[in-house]
Amino acid sequence: MEAINGLALGFSHAFSLTNLAWAMLGCFLGTAVGVLPGIGPALTIALLLPITFQVSATGAFILFCGVFYGAMYGGSTTSILLNAPGESGSIITALEGARMARHGRAGPALATAAIGSFVAGTVGTLGLAFLGPVIVDLALMLGPAEYFALMVLCFVTVSAVLGGSALRGLASLFFGLMLGLVGIDLQTGQPRLTFGVPELLDGVNVVLVAVALFAVGEALHMAWRHREGKAEVLPVGSVMLSRADARRSFWPWLRGAGLGFPFGVMPAGGTEMPTMLSYYVERKLAKPEHRHEFGTTGAIEGVAGPEAANNAAAAGILVPMLTLGLPTSATAAIMLSAFQSYGIQPGPLLFQSQGELVWTLIASLFIANVMLVVLNLPLVGLWVRILKIPQPQLYAGILVFATIGTYGISNSVVDLILLYAIGTIGMFMRRFDFPVAPVVIGMILGPMAEQALRQALTISEGDWSVFLTRPGSAAILGVALLALLGPRLWALLARRG
Amino acid sequence: MSLRPSWPDLSAGLFVLLLGLLGLWQAAAIPTSPIYAQVGPKLVPYLVAGGLSLLGLLLVGAALRGGWSATLAEVVEAGPPNRRALALVGAGLVANLLLIGPLGFSLAAAAQFALVAAGFGSRHAARDLLLGVPLCLAVWFLFVEALGVNIGAGVLEGLVLQLLGREPV
Repeated sequence: MEAINGLALGFSHAFSLTNLAWAMLGCFLGTAVGVLPGIGPALTIALLLPITFQVSATGAFILFCGVFYGAMYGGSTTSILLNAPGESGSIITALEGARMARHGRAGPALATAAIGSFVAGTVGTLGLAFLGPVIVDLALMLGPAEYFALMVLCFVTVSAVLGGSALRGLASLFFGLMLGLVGIDLQTGQPRLTFGVPELLDGVNVVLVAVALFAVGEALHMAWRHREGKAEVLPVGSVMLSRADARRSFWPWLRGAGLGFPFGVMPAGGTEMPTMLSYYVERKLAKPEHRHEFGTTGAIEGVAGPEAANNAAAAGILVPMLTLGLPTSATAAIMLSAFQSYGIQPGPLLFQSQGELVWTLIASLFIANVMLVVLNLPLVGLWVRILKIPQPQLYAGILVFATIGTYGISNSVVDLILLYAIGTIGMFMRRFDFPVAPVVIGMILGPMAEQALRQALTISEGDWSVFLTRPGSAAILGVALLALLGPRLWALLARRG
Repeated sequence: MSLRPSWPDLSAGLFVLLLGLLGLWQAAAIPTSPIYAQVGPKLVPYLVAGGLSLLGLLLVGAALRGGWSATLAEVVEAGPPNRRALALVGAGLVANLLLIGPLGFSLAAAAQFALVAAGFGSRHAARDLLLGVPLCLAVWFLFVEALGVNIGAGVLEGLVLQLLGREPV
């Protein structure tokens, strides 16, 4: 079994002192940024990208994945205690979790969220370890045409299927694609979309765009909507899970994990759908004597299930990222650009050429999960303290990090102007409900898609029909078309019927 | 859905359209490559900019048919825009832009810190400034020393480095 051997190799490396330290640091940072409203894993990893010049690839990715997993744990704390979801995957957790907290059951809610995250994270990471090699074997059969088709599918699902509107999602995606085009064309050396500005020849920096959208845009939008008044942090109480609560949480954890992981794996990324589904499933399946707690005093099943689904989906997102090189969330996209800065191209060859890195990373994810439960249950008091950082100083601090992260790229004021300009666009995107993640994904995946497209057309000597005559690519493009038009046709049919 | 055009949404749609047209203009300006290739450097820029322009047109159409944002819960619940907060945060960003050259990161960012905090309702400007200076200095050292980012030392950073008995970078 490839997975068993791989894990054995991975664990033997992951237990080195440095790798454990990276995992610990990542979990700590990740939980902190997950707890803090206004910053998420994508922004944090973007700011940490310079570390790739200092540290070995293994260390850096253990750190990044620790941040990624940690943010999922931390996000639930904020949703429960502040009734303000830290990220989109914890919206559902906030629903029931905050109700439980208001009725004095914050402790059990936090405990079931943390343990559920652990269960789901472990299930998801196991899924990654065993499914990864299988997908790699399949992916090795794909040519550039199929790759291009896969990327198109990825574009459609992240922009048009998720979120409020296909039109606005696609507009965000195309904005990102256009940003990705800026700079010198690698194949012919021609400058493109540079407006004749020499600073743009190297392209627009991904860190700059991520920081602009996730930090500056967010802060400006918060300022625009700012009202005086303090958000109230609900008291925690004891974070013990009584036997009855544990029994009520057990199946929701497993069901949530089972629901979340496939959603993460499919290039439909995103954690909203599985968390929502898990919530509805749990409400349906809850015992009659507990059903009234949904929407009133807060039902523990409604926290356990969605929170597990959220974490399992997060682990699932790593599958297409590591095996196909396809990022389906903003965080994965930033991690992909970190791979590129090491000169490593994620994709099917990664498991072979960088087997040690991949398996050490996967093993570290198991270790990180254990660390995170410890960090989040006994140490929950620490995170509650972090939650009490007053909003003015919090946002001012976030902007300090945004500024230095961008200024550090090349010590250029032009970069800062670009940062603030794109940040302002980000603010308006929030106001007009344009999703920001497709911008980052389009920007990173776009150049790769263009390369695959040009390779495919070079092989076929310019014959466009290659995308339709190769069965694999035709099938994937068909699914993409269905994903784009399916909901519309459905609505049309429903109206008629 | 009302049939009256939504002016804010219309401006958002027009902005997308404008971006698309800018892209088309720039795509047209790409010199044709002398190197033989099945797909030249211009094709994808044309596709992307054309796609963005089309989406812009569709958004303009949607805005003229009543728009989308008027029914969003977030927009409905929100009060009038907080111009004071936005202005102060904006002033913070501009102050940073102007000061980072002559004074260096820490002082410029500390000024930004105090202005942004004031924008979000802090009433203790002096305290924020006192908090901001060491914070920004610590962040500078974190990025320069721990992450190895090359950021030139400004007035304050140089002074601290000298106190530590080291050459300013």
